[in-house]
Amino acid sequence: MITEYQNIFNQVQIRGPAEMGTDDYGTLSGDRTKGAGFSSLLGWLGNAQLGPVNLGMAGVVSLASGLLWFNIIGFNMLAQVDWSIPELIRQLFWLALEPPSPEYGLRFPPLDDGGWYLIASFFLLFSVMAWWYRSWQLAAEQKMGKHIFWAFGSAIWLFLVLGLFRPILMGSWSEAVPYGIFPHLDWTTAFSIRYGNLYYNPFHCLSIVFLYGSVLLFAMHGGTILAVARYGGDRELEQIVDRGTATERAALFWRWTMGFNATMEGIHRWAWWFAVLTPLTGGIGILLTGTVVDNWFIWAQEHYFAPTYDGSFGYESYGSYEAFIGKE
Amino acid sequence: MFEKWFRFPEWFSEWNANNPTDYYGPVIVFGALGAGLIGLAALVVLGQPFATDSLQTGPRGTGMSRPEFVRSVTQPDPDIEEIVSDEPFIPEGGEALARDIYENVPVLGELTEDNFLRLMNAITLWVSPDEGCAYCHGDGDVETYGDDSLYTKVVSRRMIEMTRNINENWDDHVSANGEVGVTCFTCHRGEPVPSGIWYRVAPVTNATSGWSANQNLATEISQSTSLPSDALEKYLADFETIAVHDLESRVPGVPGRDVPSIQDTERTYALMNHFANSLGVNCVFCHNSRAFYDGAEVTPQWSIASLGIAMVQELNTEFLIPLGDELPANRLGPVHADAPKLACNTCHKGYQRPLQGANVIADWPELRTGEAPVYDRAR
Repeated sequence: MITEYQNIFNQVQIRGPAEMGTDDYGTLSGDRTKGAGFSSLLGWLGNAQLGPVNLGMAGVVSLASGLLWFNIIGFNMLAQVDWSIPELIRQLFWLALEPPSPEYGLRFPPLDDGGWYLIASFFLLFSVMAWWYRSWQLAAEQKMGKHIFWAFGSAIWLFLVLGLFRPILMGSWSEAVPYGIFPHLDWTTAFSIRYGNLYYNPFHCLSIVFLYGSVLLFAMHGGTILAVARYGGDRELEQIVDRGTATERAALFWRWTMGFNATMEGIHRWAWWFAVLTPLTGGIGILLTGTVVDNWFIWAQEHYFAPTYDGSFGYESYGSYEAFIGKE
Repeated sequence: MFEKWFRFPEWFSEWNANNPTDYYGPVIVFGALGAGLIGLAALVVLGQPFATDSLQTGPRGTGMSRPEFVRSVTQPDPDIEEIVSDEPFIPEGGEALARDIYENVPVLGELTEDNFLRLMNAITLWVSPDEGCAYCHGDGDVETYGDDSLYTKVVSRRMIEMTRNINENWDDHVSANGEVGVTCFTCHRGEPVPSGIWYRVAPVTNATSGWSANQNLATEISQSTSLPSDALEKYLADFETIAVHDLESRVPGVPGRDVPSIQDTERTYALMNHFANSLGVNCVFCHNSRAFYDGAEVTPQWSIASLGIAMVQELNTEFLIPLGDELPANRLGPVHADAPKLACNTCHKGYQRPLQGANVIADWPELRTGEAPVYDRAR
């Protein structure tokens, strides 16, 4: 049987010695770290090679601190259901570690009313920061740019706005987001409702634009590269410096479609900025809510961002309940 | 093993081997096309099995409507058939009144005997059809019916006063769109303890306190959400402020101290959730959801519902909570031994109007008012 044309996206899983580093033979750190494994399952999704993981001290600290955060939440949840494992499983999506009640402001509350929340949050902060540092460290060791570090920083900005900057500006830890599956969704809904509908927050609008834009760009870029993989378009780095027929065809496709095309390098800058701007603008929107603007719909009307309601309801044309239930 | 008895002729198998044909492709294509055609024909002939209808509740373009499956919304409430209709006996004057004939009739004493017995009979059908008169009057002879020894009788008397209060003072809620009114049946539906009553359950955990203790557990009163389980008690018994919005674009203040908090908003949400589930409606039945707070954009139902909140607050604090002293322990709440209280669902039971807006008060002028009943009222 003839296999399909092989490229890096192909399902055919090639097994050689594990890739251990960037020298000519792929063995650079082979004697400095543990070996790597292979997984067919991973191979269906990406590279079948698993490892080597360069955890490092920052990684160890991050995982340990994150595990403490996770366990504090878990044991608080378990205590809330009187240490019953079946009840923990049953109520798992409902349970939460809740921030302090509003009356404590920025003071340290009792442990059972948000104290554990603040302790857990400290460990989460430490864990995330250690992981952030690690993303710098690993890039530096490979003499890479720090693009991933800064992109992760954008997500951390939103995280810090939600859990640190905004509660401090509001003067109350109770404004932070609870740690729980449904409760954090309740918080999101309540946050929007409390501040007069977050959809009228222009930074929320921008964040949505960049989020949906990211999705669209991801699909366009992925689709384009797959479509020209038959001409070697999947070798994107080579195509950036030595443009070939794959790039020409992809570029012409988009110019035919919409008159404009991104470049083989530029498309990655588009994607990076769209992704980074999503939490960046979102974080600004959250930070302004309750600190600068308390009712976004009224704010939007004052700034001609939303139309002012003209009051014409026309109730007479709405139809009656009796007709609706089939009694007329 | 079947090849022993059944075998294709040699030439057939040979021909097949020499002429390989890909029949899987066509089978899938024609199969899918055929199934699609049959499905399409079924839809055209039999109609949409999940047909929906919607009740428009706001201006076009605002998305304000209440969608329902036609099948469920046109299904009459089965309880409507159980409504007791029994026309009153119009008094001609000079009849003996219940208070003259029977002992201890402080609330219904103004009624003529036949109307009194007519109402007693109806109350039995509404509230205790299985238990009968004895549920309130005990197992003794008719001579003992004046006794107040059973708590059920004491409670019934107060409930008659409550029913009259609703019909007389809250008719803008219960008869907002044409006469509907309430009788004992509106809540009781043939059960001594109505469905849709509630007790206090918060705090829901022992391990926490404050706002950590009143939410994040699936309870009946939180409608199986993780929202606070104390919304009904705070808003419908303790008169806490429901509104959480700032009515200007900037209102400085610390949440929970100067201005409402996220937590207050979640509790409000829990109350609104109770509202929506009790009436089988959605947010935009009363609100324009782009600006929940805006009085200029609410629907007429918002005013009726607001009256309903005030009514429930009064009924809970003036009638039901004080009755807690009369009730035996098995009728009190499982957590705090508090009196049973009412909310939207106690009457509405999932319908936009209880009993789909059937007029239940027409036959019962005795329950319309605390004054002497007026029988000549046009019905």
